[in-house]
Amino acid sequence: MSDGPTIRGSVPVEPPLPPGRLVDDFVPSLILEGEHSLCPGCGEPVAMRSVVETVEELELTQRAIAVFGIGCYTAFSGNLDVESLQALHGRAPSLATGVKRTRPGTVVFTVQGDGDMVNEGLAEVLHAAARAERITCVLLNNGVFGETGGHMTATTVLGQRTKNTLEGRDADRHGFPILIADLVARLDGVAFVARGSVSSAGDVARSRRMLRRAFELQVAGAGFTFVELLTMCPTGWFVDTAEAPGYLRDKLAEVHRIGVLKDTGATTSAARSGGGVAT
Amino acid sequence: MTRRLMEGAEAIARAMVAAGCRFFAGYPMTPFTEVLEHMARLLPEVGGTCMNAESELEAVGMAWGAAATGTRAATGSVGQGLSLMQESLSEICHARLPLVVLNMARGQGDYHQATRGGGHGDYRHVVLAPADVPEAVQLAHRAFWLADVWRNPVLLVGDYYLAHVQEAVDEGVADLPPVPDKPWALDGSTGGSGSARMISPLGLAKRGDPSFVEYGRHLETIGDRLAAMEAGVEPLAESIGTDDAELVVVAYGTPGRYLRYVVEELRGEGLPVGLVRPITLWPFPSAAVAAAAEVARAVAVYELNTGQMHDDVRLAVLGRRPVSFIGGLSFDNSGFGIAPELDVERLSARIRRALDETARTAAPA
Repeated sequence: MSDGPTIRGSVPVEPPLPPGRLVDDFVPSLILEGEHSLCPGCGEPVAMRSVVETVEELELTQRAIAVFGIGCYTAFSGNLDVESLQALHGRAPSLATGVKRTRPGTVVFTVQGDGDMVNEGLAEVLHAAARAERITCVLLNNGVFGETGGHMTATTVLGQRTKNTLEGRDADRHGFPILIADLVARLDGVAFVARGSVSSAGDVARSRRMLRRAFELQVAGAGFTFVELLTMCPTGWFVDTAEAPGYLRDKLAEVHRIGVLKDTGATTSAARSGGGVAT
Repeated sequence: MTRRLMEGAEAIARAMVAAGCRFFAGYPMTPFTEVLEHMARLLPEVGGTCMNAESELEAVGMAWGAAATGTRAATGSVGQGLSLMQESLSEICHARLPLVVLNMARGQGDYHQATRGGGHGDYRHVVLAPADVPEAVQLAHRAFWLADVWRNPVLLVGDYYLAHVQEAVDEGVADLPPVPDKPWALDGSTGGSGSARMISPLGLAKRGDPSFVEYGRHLETIGDRLAAMEAGVEPLAESIGTDDAELVVVAYGTPGRYLRYVVEELRGEGLPVGLVRPITLWPFPSAAVAAAAEVARAVAVYELNTGQMHDDVRLAVLGRRPVSFIGGLSFDNSGFGIAPELDVERLSARIRRALDETARTAAPA
């Protein structure tokens, strides 16, 4: 990266790329304002865009209700053109349960981070899964509490440096990471579980197929559906922005393996288009 | 309307369903469990949903989600479970959602929890405290009405006695004015419109919506609403003999019911005692207490704790009369807050002592 000043309209980038589109030039559908306050290189805006574009593609825009947890992504709860309900940290699957049970015709999805879902809200997501709630839980997993400034969560991989595991997460002292998607996939009542990533265009496309499958199965009433998306957090990982996608692939995705873990509705090869089985 | 003999827990459940409650979520804990059992049976019969939550945290979350769709929803527990729910109750107030919450308490140790709240930030909820089953039925209807009118949680406080005493109940639907429509209720339909609905403790409109305000302004708006609610919700109280009482006793809930009997007995003997029984604990019926204190020489508070409502009575009296505390903790081995002290002779003795003390020390009225 150049050390020169960054001026809107003439961002110095090496190597040269085709003329880039600034956020002001292009606002994804169902997102109200293109600018956001998240860090450069954050994976969450890409993940959010993938979710809402899937909602639109499936023509669910006027049936969808988003239930947000608390994290950096909460900035999007007021910035999506779908109805939204803001939950407390950890509680989104409970609120989503109340919404779906009283409005069975809606399509309900939660957006939570790893701190929200796997730390504070582990009970809620597991019980919602076991109850076969007809909702889609989307986990944005970056392995840190991003909003607090990069602290260890339940999904932080061994060896990962965070602000409260300065020498890297050590199993003896800090325990082992919870592979939440694997855990959810074991429960009866769960129709679909997949883990994707937003670290490359190819990964985003694959994640979109996973999201599409999850929403389709929710609409079909198949059971609980779950999509985990690994997202970059260069700020919380203390790596350069440009290095974050590689860090995600080399560290997080080596432990939290990408793929479709469960698809009870899979009867055709198309149903598996979300990706290969992880194990 | 015919009257039917029934236990309090069933009467409360039936009243909630009659009031239009169609979603209930709970986690068992006696004596809240008894209401949960009835709701689990009654709600499916009317097309409603009763959820067995895995914790009180989730119970209140489920009810929160149901309330957000405009459904009349309720949850509850006992004081311990309510402690777990406080974070959510605060947020639900900030998100301006109607919800009815039961505290089928053990004793009266949760007065501060109910009227001050253990949650974060500036919030309040209306608190209703029936003394008997017929009143509980009426207040259950009123709770849903108040919740919808003010878009705010309402707490209904009962106890083991209220859950288990059997009384003849008139199940007629309370005559309450209509409630406002719920254009804010989520159903998904406004997606893609450019101003999709949002229900959040952080604000009630999306960016770009004409009614969008920043978080700080939203909290100020909530503060204004709380002030309006405190002024607008009618404080309820029952007063006995306060025209001529030299000693006014203040008590609520089941002890209030006992003291109603004791005070009337003592007045029958010619003793100058009276009773104010708050029915709304928030807003507190300060005017009724102050009016009674104006006539009396002293005020005494009876509650089954170490002195909590005592604070509100002193605030109502504002130093114009001495306010003594004649209550106290009373537990047996059940742990359900069944109070050996709730005995007519013992209560009568406490009041006589307080009256003697008044005659000895209080300035002439």
